Amino acid sequence: MSEFNYDTIPYIGEIGALHGKFDPAGAVKDHKNLAERQKLNNKIVESLEKAIELSGLKNGMTISFHHHFRDGDYIVNLTLDKLAEMGFRDLIVAASSLSDCHAPMIKHIKSGLVQRIETSGLRGELAEAVSRGLMDAPVTFRSHGGRAYAIETRELHIDVAFLGAPSCDPYGNANGYIRGVDQGIMCGSLGYAKTDAQYADKTIVITNHIVPYPNIPFGIPESDVNYVVVVDEIGDPEGIMKGATRFTKSPMELLMATTCADVIEATGRFTEGFSMQMGSGGASLAVVRFLRERMIRQKISASFALGGITGQIVEMHEEGLIKKILDVQSFDLTAAQSLKNNRFHSQISASYYASPSNKGTAVNQLDIVVLSALEVDINYNVNVLTGADGVIRGAIGGHPDTAQGASVSIIILPLTRSRIPCVVDRVNTVVTPGETVDVIVTNHGVTVNPRRPLLAEKIRKYGIPLCSIEDLRDKARKIVGDPDPVEYTDKIVGIVAYRDNTVIDVIRQVKE
Amino acid sequence: MKLRRTMLYVPGNNPGMIKDAGVYPADCIMFDLEDSVSLAEKDAARFLVHEALCTIDYPGKELLVRINALDTEMGREDLEAIVRTGRATIRLPKTESAQDILDCEKEIARIEKDAGLVPGSTGMMAAVESAKGVLNAKEIACASTRLIGIAIGAEDYVTDLKTNRSPEGIELLFGRSMVLLAARSAGIDAIDTVYSDIDNEEGLRKETTLIKQLGFDGKSIINPRQIQPIHEIYTPTEKEISKSLLIIEAIEEAKKRGSGVIALNGKMIDKPVALRAQRVLDLASAAGLLKRREEA
Repeated sequence: MSEFNYDTIPYIGEIGALHGKFDPAGAVKDHKNLAERQKLNNKIVESLEKAIELSGLKNGMTISFHHHFRDGDYIVNLTLDKLAEMGFRDLIVAASSLSDCHAPMIKHIKSGLVQRIETSGLRGELAEAVSRGLMDAPVTFRSHGGRAYAIETRELHIDVAFLGAPSCDPYGNANGYIRGVDQGIMCGSLGYAKTDAQYADKTIVITNHIVPYPNIPFGIPESDVNYVVVVDEIGDPEGIMKGATRFTKSPMELLMATTCADVIEATGRFTEGFSMQMGSGGASLAVVRFLRERMIRQKISASFALGGITGQIVEMHEEGLIKKILDVQSFDLTAAQSLKNNRFHSQISASYYASPSNKGTAVNQLDIVVLSALEVDINYNVNVLTGADGVIRGAIGGHPDTAQGASVSIIILPLTRSRIPCVVDRVNTVVTPGETVDVIVTNHGVTVNPRRPLLAEKIRKYGIPLCSIEDLRDKARKIVGDPDPVEYTDKIVGIVAYRDNTVIDVIRQVKE
Repeated sequence: MKLRRTMLYVPGNNPGMIKDAGVYPADCIMFDLEDSVSLAEKDAARFLVHEALCTIDYPGKELLVRINALDTEMGREDLEAIVRTGRATIRLPKTESAQDILDCEKEIARIEKDAGLVPGSTGMMAAVESAKGVLNAKEIACASTRLIGIAIGAEDYVTDLKTNRSPEGIELLFGRSMVLLAARSAGIDAIDTVYSDIDNEEGLRKETTLIKQLGFDGKSIINPRQIQPIHEIYTPTEKEISKSLLIIEAIEEAKKRGSGVIALNGKMIDKPVALRAQRVLDLASAAGLLKRREEA
């Protein structure tokens, strides 16, 4: 080593990321072997309480959770109970989504532990309570892409992320399945958690299954994890797989699915190498089934399928009909297992999936997306968030992200549900703007957004009769009449952010 | 020709199914006030079907209502409610004799007059569901000019025969044949019974292939999922369509020439050939095949 004076190095004041002259004391080497290191020197802390203390969490800070365990999640309730016990207050809960199983959060809101919520969706008792004015601060609803965008730009700053993982090694390499073991909890992709882990100030992985280092492949790398906590249970497998792949027998869903498959074929995008995203509802799954038959018949394959992944998509991948799968969320056990077993089934982060601000996002590569809806209006706006009674009962998910990103966005919904019209003058809550919606398929007819005349022409030429959105609204009105308008108070209980995080609508408290 | 390949049963007490029945591609919708409706719901079903007929559009569909047997008070009330709408053909269940048809016709005529409807405008369809009915099929089919068709109801019929339904349907062969011959002798349609195992598409296809070959115009169905397989079987092949088009063209050509002799490729075209060709084209047209050919 040559002798030098650190301070006399030219431009030393301008060259960043140099921390003074090297001190040999900073190069202490650990001579323990791997087994000794894993035992003595790892990120496992003795309890959740200890991890919370180490994270430096303070009142008023933001904590985050993912929803890959869906309705079987134990992590949110477990963590909030612990935080309540430790006396925290005024926390902001930034969950990727919240389900029926999170009803216990109501008591934590009432007690002052949770001051505000950021999420993609709310369901069940919690949603009902929020709609009826439970909280002082409105809930912010963001799409998966919009949430990732807000996190990346640090506008949604996560202080501590609490992320459940079905497997984790002592250093924090975490995943949604356990390599080599089929038993136990499994959720597949950790897509939303990946973004949280990357950007949170502190990340705590909560697992019930410690595996040897290195836990590869990993959804969350150890470089993004500060602490690992081991608990007995992180979720209920039944709830995690709730809504697993099913073959619908409903004639109505099959009818809509056939029409939708016809529409897809008619768009001209149904050619070799096309790309798609499908939802997980009965009709969407049936669309996949009909597409499969047509792909075999026409000897074409898709380059990739994106988004929430189901067993049906996996089967098509394994048959060679879909070359690659980009999985931000595994919808069922088959999808979760495929992520483990299939080379070209890849888990992607919410940012990679749909953020509008990163260097490249997968939704922009979509040819076709098929999406469901609670209601649509004559301006082609879509609501997937509030029911006909004004109560929150859904999730934005990737709806606006994919509708904008895909070349053709198709909304599939029945004209009426029971006595509720689904095509209306104005949706209760605008989630996906009509500007990005191309085709609406109902059981009573198909309509193409007038903004897409060439697409309409193609579909008409294919032999699918088209009607106007007003025709559909009138038909719905004729069948079920005009429902009384929902009555609201002036209080805003929810803010709906578009994917660029501009406010597209607000949700008001329903009047009792 | 009116296509009656599929007659979709819709329980008269199910508002959801009644409102959506028109979206399926069945040729006919048959609202049921009889066996699928429990006694406690008979009134509600009658009211519901009446209202549906008065208010809901079912474009392109032939509408029928299966009423309760006329020897019950319910049957007469059904007729009062349905005939007055002027929109549906009455399907009379468990018909056993020509007199049953005449009794029903008399009631219908009375209601038509009372409601100011065109006399004779309400169609009728008979269903035979017993040994007696089958043996009287010819008289039943010829009993009224209102009759558009005659159907066989297999479940009651096989019970009456003291047997049950087999996958091959051998026990139904005589009954089906009798109903078919009765229909043809009266110049009306013959409609086959339901295939009740809705998840067995292969069985449905097998049975439909059989009844098509026997000469039936179509089947009653209990689930919209049964429509497509039946329509597929009733859809003529490309070869049949091409041949039929040539036959009809040859007839048109001969008409233009004023010639009474029609020949195609050296072979005479007689009336049965022409009728068969026209039926093939009607079926092709219903399946949308002719339109696609024209566009191509």
